[in-house]
Formats: sequence, structure tokens, C-alpha cells
Amino acid sequence: MTPAPMVRAEAVHKRYGLLEVLKGITLEVAPQEVMCLLGPSGSGKSTFLRCVNHLEKINAGRLYVDGSLVGYAERGGRLHELPEREVCRRRTEIGMVFQRFNLFPHMTAFENVAMAPVLVKKEPKADVEKRAQALLTRVGLSTKVDAYPNQLSGGQQQRVAIARALAMQPKLMLFDEPTSALDPELVGEVLDVMRSLAEEGMTMIVVTHEIGFAREVGDTLVFMDEGVVVESGVPREVIANPKHERTKAFLSKVL
Amino acid sequence: MTFEGDEGHRPEEIRAVPLRHPGRWAGTVVMLVLAAMFAHDVTTNPRWQWRQVASNFWTPPVVSGVERTLELTAIVMVVGVLLGVILAVMRLSPNPVLTSGAWLYIWFFRGTPVFVQILFWYAISALHPTISLGIPFGPEFVTWQANSLVTPLVAAILGLGLNEAAYYAEIVRAGILSVDHGQFEAAQSLGMRRPTLMRRIVLPQAMRVIVPPTGNETISMLKTSSLASVATYPELLYQTQNIQARTYVIIPLFVMASIWYLLMTTVLTIGQYYVERHYARGTSYQLPPTPFQRVKRNLTTLRRVPFSADALGEAAR
Repeated sequence: MTPAPMVRAEAVHKRYGLLEVLKGITLEVAPQEVMCLLGPSGSGKSTFLRCVNHLEKINAGRLYVDGSLVGYAERGGRLHELPEREVCRRRTEIGMVFQRFNLFPHMTAFENVAMAPVLVKKEPKADVEKRAQALLTRVGLSTKVDAYPNQLSGGQQQRVAIARALAMQPKLMLFDEPTSALDPELVGEVLDVMRSLAEEGMTMIVVTHEIGFAREVGDTLVFMDEGVVVESGVPREVIANPKHERTKAFLSKVL
Repeated sequence: MTFEGDEGHRPEEIRAVPLRHPGRWAGTVVMLVLAAMFAHDVTTNPRWQWRQVASNFWTPPVVSGVERTLELTAIVMVVGVLLGVILAVMRLSPNPVLTSGAWLYIWFFRGTPVFVQILFWYAISALHPTISLGIPFGPEFVTWQANSLVTPLVAAILGLGLNEAAYYAEIVRAGILSVDHGQFEAAQSLGMRRPTLMRRIVLPQAMRVIVPPTGNETISMLKTSSLASVATYPELLYQTQNIQARTYVIIPLFVMASIWYLLMTTVLTIGQYYVERHYARGTSYQLPPTPFQRVKRNLTTLRRVPFSADALGEAAR
């Protein structure tokens, strides 16, 4: 028997005004699975990721994280919007890493990592500080604890951002093109951190253009285009033998 | 095509003839003449009556006027800032009732003169002789006489503070809008709720945009607070006019008051400089030195190092 999925999407639709960005996404992410989302820009990958932690509201379909509906409660056959308190509580269980890092520029690396668990989850300060120190060491930044984000390189900033998300001890991590804003020589250090996270069994959804990472680390590869899943499967197979024309065309451009 | 540079050989330093600036010279001469004329007038015209300026400067009514000016400015700015932040957050809220309420407030208080607002509050007893606390349209629990509740100080605080809040709300709104949208998303993805997000993430970053105009507003308020004299609040201008009415000494007392205002605004300007530095944390690689640090550094390096190959080499090391 397969375990209950960490993320389950059933015909998820999302539109902005008249523009339909997601046109029925159905997929499942098992616990400890690493799913890589691939596709041309504007295909809806990032939007889907943002729906998973309810930064965007979906317009149709159902989206579940760890068995419960995202953003709503179903009672008496109707959906009720969840109060902000509940939406926020659920977000604490999902870590997110952004393309542009989005570190808090007025705080040091350490403060960036240690702030949210104390402020949001009300955890004891001493525990959190110990964990923050350990996380920064883990991402190779034990010497940059007191640096402000603008004193760090892009790769270092993104590693702090990963540590910041991990400090909340999430059960799911979302990566939104984590290496797209980095200089080529800095991409590796971020991918290394993500690889070790995957090896430890973190459930991850990664929007990326790094085909090599998808092939080596990903358990599943999902190719999206124009708001639909075109093709999915074991990364090695999809990359070697794409079945659809659109997948072939895309892969021939990026490989 | 590139050439390997010869490390040992360095071309001669450029020592060019500097460009002449005749316009600057002309401007300098005009300014010096004007300055000389002013200095001549100030020192030789007996009607400046500097003795009067000096003898009134530290008298008890003047000093108490200065204290009240500072006190009123401080209270009004606190009222303006608190109310202004609330109004700004209201204007940016998704709730249309709050948004339009804030918009109406700003429209009204920005659109009528402060002078009129102070006079209006001072005369409020003509509109409501008594002021009560109670249930709207229902029973009243406590009642005051408007005249005893709205003292000159209260009228001044209401007139200046409510008006300041309208301007300050726009400053705060600009500050909040200047914060990158990614900051909101990052904070939300960590599960932060809106009040925490505003207080811990957005406002500290908005401060960089908010602080310079806040300094301006405070300095401006210090002077605008002189309008409270029409509500008979005994601040600096009121005290000055009192002495003028008693002694018929006019210009020297205006000079005296102006010197006091200049002193106070100078102190505020210095304070603003340090507050701005504080909120520049994490925004520039290295903050410029403070005047104090600059003096200290100049004392330790007595000799200016000329711009030379030696200095470049030193800098590289």
C-alpha cells in the first residue's frame, strides 16, 4: 500500500482575471518524494507552487497538503474560507525558497533564520538559537552568522534562505527556481544543499531549469506547458525519451 | 588582441593644467559683497538693538515658551505619527470601508488650513457646550464642560495633530509601498500574520523611506506650532508677542525668537542624521563616517596622503 500523499492536486484551476494560468493540474507527491517541475516560462509552474501554500487562491479543483484542504474547510458540502490564523499555522509546516531569495535585509543571517520560529511558533529562544546556528553551519555559513544579506553573495543568500525555511521544521519544502538568479559558478553550492536535503528524506517540489539536478535528485519529473501537465514520469526516462512533441521541443532547447 | 602589461613599467602621473571657472569667481564676488552688506547692517544699524535680544533671551517667560514649544511639538508629532500609521495601514487594507474612511479623513484635513482647524477646536464650545461619554444616542455616563476640557493646549494638539496625521499617513503609505513585494511573500510563507508582518518586516524597511520626511515634518512642526499662539497657548511666539505688547520692542524680539527656533531646528537636524544612519543598516556596504568620526580620523592622520602609486598600492593591500 502506498502511503498517503503529502500533496494531492485534483484538477486545480487558477486564473487571473480572464487569463487562465492553471487549466486542471492533477498530481500527487508522496512523502519523501522529490518532484521537479519543468517547463517554459509562463507555463504555470511557479503559480502552482504558490497555490500549495495558499499565497494564491485556486479557482476550481481541490488541493490537499498532508490530507487537509489548502485554504478551505469543507463542511456540509460547502467550502468555507479558513481564518488567517489557520492559514498561517499551515504555512508554518511548508517551507518556501524564492528565486530572488527575499531575505529580510534589515536582519543578519542569524536573525533571518532564528526570527520566525520564536515569533510565529513561540518556541523557546535558546532552542531556536541553537538550531539556527546548526542550520547555518550545515549550509556552510558558520562564519557569516552576523553578516547582513547585502554582504553575502547570491549563493550565500540563497543558502541562508534555505536555512530560514528549515528553521521552521517544515514537512514539505517548495523551491521556486532557487538557482535562476545566481551566477553560474554559484549554482552548485545551492544545489548541493538541496541534494543533501533530499537524501535526508525531505519532501520537495522544485521548480527548476537545472536538468542535471532533476535527473540525479528528482524522483519524478513533471513537464508543464500552458497550464497543464504535458508529461510526467521518472526523470531519466522523460529526459531521454520524451513522448510529447512539446517536451521534446523544450528539452532540445535547454539540453 | 591583448598585450601582457609590463608590470615593472608605469607611465608618468598625469599633471594637467586645471580648468578655469570664471563663472564661479563672479558668483563668489557677488556673494561676498552681499555678505559684507549684511554684516555691515547688522553691526552698525542701532535699530537691531542686540542688547534687547540678549537681555530677553534667557528671561523666564521666553524659556518657558521654548519649553512649551518643544513639548507641544513632541506631543503633536506623537499624535500625528500614531494616527498617521493607522491611517496608512487603513488605506492599504483590502477592506473598502477602511480605505475610503482613511481617504476621506486625509482629503478633509489636508484640504482645510491648519490655522482654521486650531481656531475651530478653540471655539468648539460654541458647537458643543458639553462633551459626554456614553452610548451613542443612548444614556451618558460622564459629562464635561467643553471649555474646561478643550484648553488652549488641547485645541492646539487637536488642530496640529489631526492635520499632521493626514500628511504623515501619506508618508507612511509611500514607505510601505516602497518595500519589495517579495518581502511580504517571504514573511507570509513563514506563517507570519499581518500585524507581525507589518511590525517586524515591512515597517522597519519602510523606515528608510519614512525617516527623512519625518525629520522634515518635525522641523516644520516646530515652527508651525507657533500658530498655537492664536489659541492663547503660551509657546514661544505667544510669549514673544506678550513682551512686544508690553515693551513696544518689536524687531529685536522677533530676532530673539528666530534665534531660538534656529537653535532648536539645528538640534533636530543633527538628531535626524543619526536616526537615518540607524535605519540604513543592511542597505549600504559601509556607512559614511559621522562628523565626529571624521574629526577623530583627521586628528590621527595629520598628513594627507597624496594620490599616488604608493597610495594605490596601500589601498590594494
